[in-house]
Amino acid sequence: MASKIFKDIYINDWYSVAGPREKEGSIKKFDFVYDDFYGNEKTLENMEIAMQKKVVDYLMNKRRVELLVGGDLLNQISATSYNVKNYPISYLGVYSACATFIESAIVLANMIESKFVNSGIIITSSHNLNSEKQYRFPIEYGAPKPMRSTFTSTGSVGAILSTTQSNIKIESATIGKVIDMGQKDVFNMGAVMAPSAAETIYNHMIELKRDISYYDLILTGDLGVVGANILKDYMMIKYNINLKKYLDAGSILYDLKKQNVGSGASGPAALPLVLFNKILKIKKYKKILVVGTASLHSPVMVNQKNSIPSVAHAISLEVS
Amino acid sequence: MDKNEYKKLVKKHTPKENKMKNALISFVSGGLLGIIGLGLCDLFKLFGFSNSHAIILMLFVLIFFSCLFTCLGFFDNWMSYCKCGLIVPITGFAHSVCSAILDYKKDGMITGIGSNTFKLAGSVILYGIISSFIFVLIRVIIYG
Repeated sequence: MASKIFKDIYINDWYSVAGPREKEGSIKKFDFVYDDFYGNEKTLENMEIAMQKKVVDYLMNKRRVELLVGGDLLNQISATSYNVKNYPISYLGVYSACATFIESAIVLANMIESKFVNSGIIITSSHNLNSEKQYRFPIEYGAPKPMRSTFTSTGSVGAILSTTQSNIKIESATIGKVIDMGQKDVFNMGAVMAPSAAETIYNHMIELKRDISYYDLILTGDLGVVGANILKDYMMIKYNINLKKYLDAGSILYDLKKQNVGSGASGPAALPLVLFNKILKIKKYKKILVVGTASLHSPVMVNQKNSIPSVAHAISLEVS
Repeated sequence: MDKNEYKKLVKKHTPKENKMKNALISFVSGGLLGIIGLGLCDLFKLFGFSNSHAIILMLFVLIFFSCLFTCLGFFDNWMSYCKCGLIVPITGFAHSVCSAILDYKKDGMITGIGSNTFKLAGSVILYGIISSFIFVLIRVIIYG
């Protein structure tokens, strides 16, 4: 496990786009909302690239950046790679499923801290229908979904990181270990990811010698209602830590009562969409531990009867 | 906490599916589809078709409409609501083929549609043929 405190890394600007189902959810305001899943593009893959393009276009106009770090859920992280080819910018592609945004932030923050670059963009995206097609069934196939399943969010979020001061500081980071608790249920991603989230939160506290009460909020990525409840119990049983000030982005992105989304949102875009459009906007929390949770799910490995491993990375934000 | 203890914890928090309700919905919707099929059969017989021809025509109609409704984009909602009531009859088979074609129509005639049409339905065809072969063998051996 590895934790590090950064001296001065700030989030200067961000931009988020969301899809039609996110607009009907609990967060009403995004920077840009698409009204359908195609957004005037011919294919769904092109739509995901277009979403990322919108984000990068906005951010590139704001500030001069040298490097883009990011990834998405498509095979070979093609949405990010195909988008970046349009810009004169260095590029590092990363993949960590739903923790891609946090992993990008940790990679870029370290590169800025070590003076490799001065500023850069972190970006991630996910598209519900692309994920359905790639990980589950054909889009129009009406396979019944159990209540424990989660709904991949549609959207793209990007942010600029640099040493220029702003009101959001990336204070420290913890890189997680890959945990496998023998879960094989592809519909229950919350159960797959909860142990790795717990491990990362615990190690963050131990390595930086902090108590859980140090943070005003602990925000996990996309555990959903099922995974969030498992995490709370797991933390209590294994580490004797009571998670009181805790929210899960997957559980709050959608309106779970009205929208038929199972136990909540998933996908790399879910966490940053909630973080930037809800948590940071209400200005209530000063110290936030953001834990990106990723199920490293591969349909091939699951078909071959392997269990699903998971990883979680954390960054701590200080809002002033 | 070991894997078995964790399994118990997961089980505790995982919402249980309402099996009785699902079974009842499937029973009613599947039954309704059966009535529609029978009605169509009788209708075709009124037009002078023989029983076996009427059955084939009825299957044509069901396959056509499940494909049409899949392409219009609302059959998947019906299916996820009715579950096995629509999956088990021929409508489920037609729906699985049609939805796979819709997914891969942009990937080319051969590499897309050609190689992915029976992505879901392929196992039904393959094991259907194998099992029919086995049952025919059994029948020949036993009854001569």
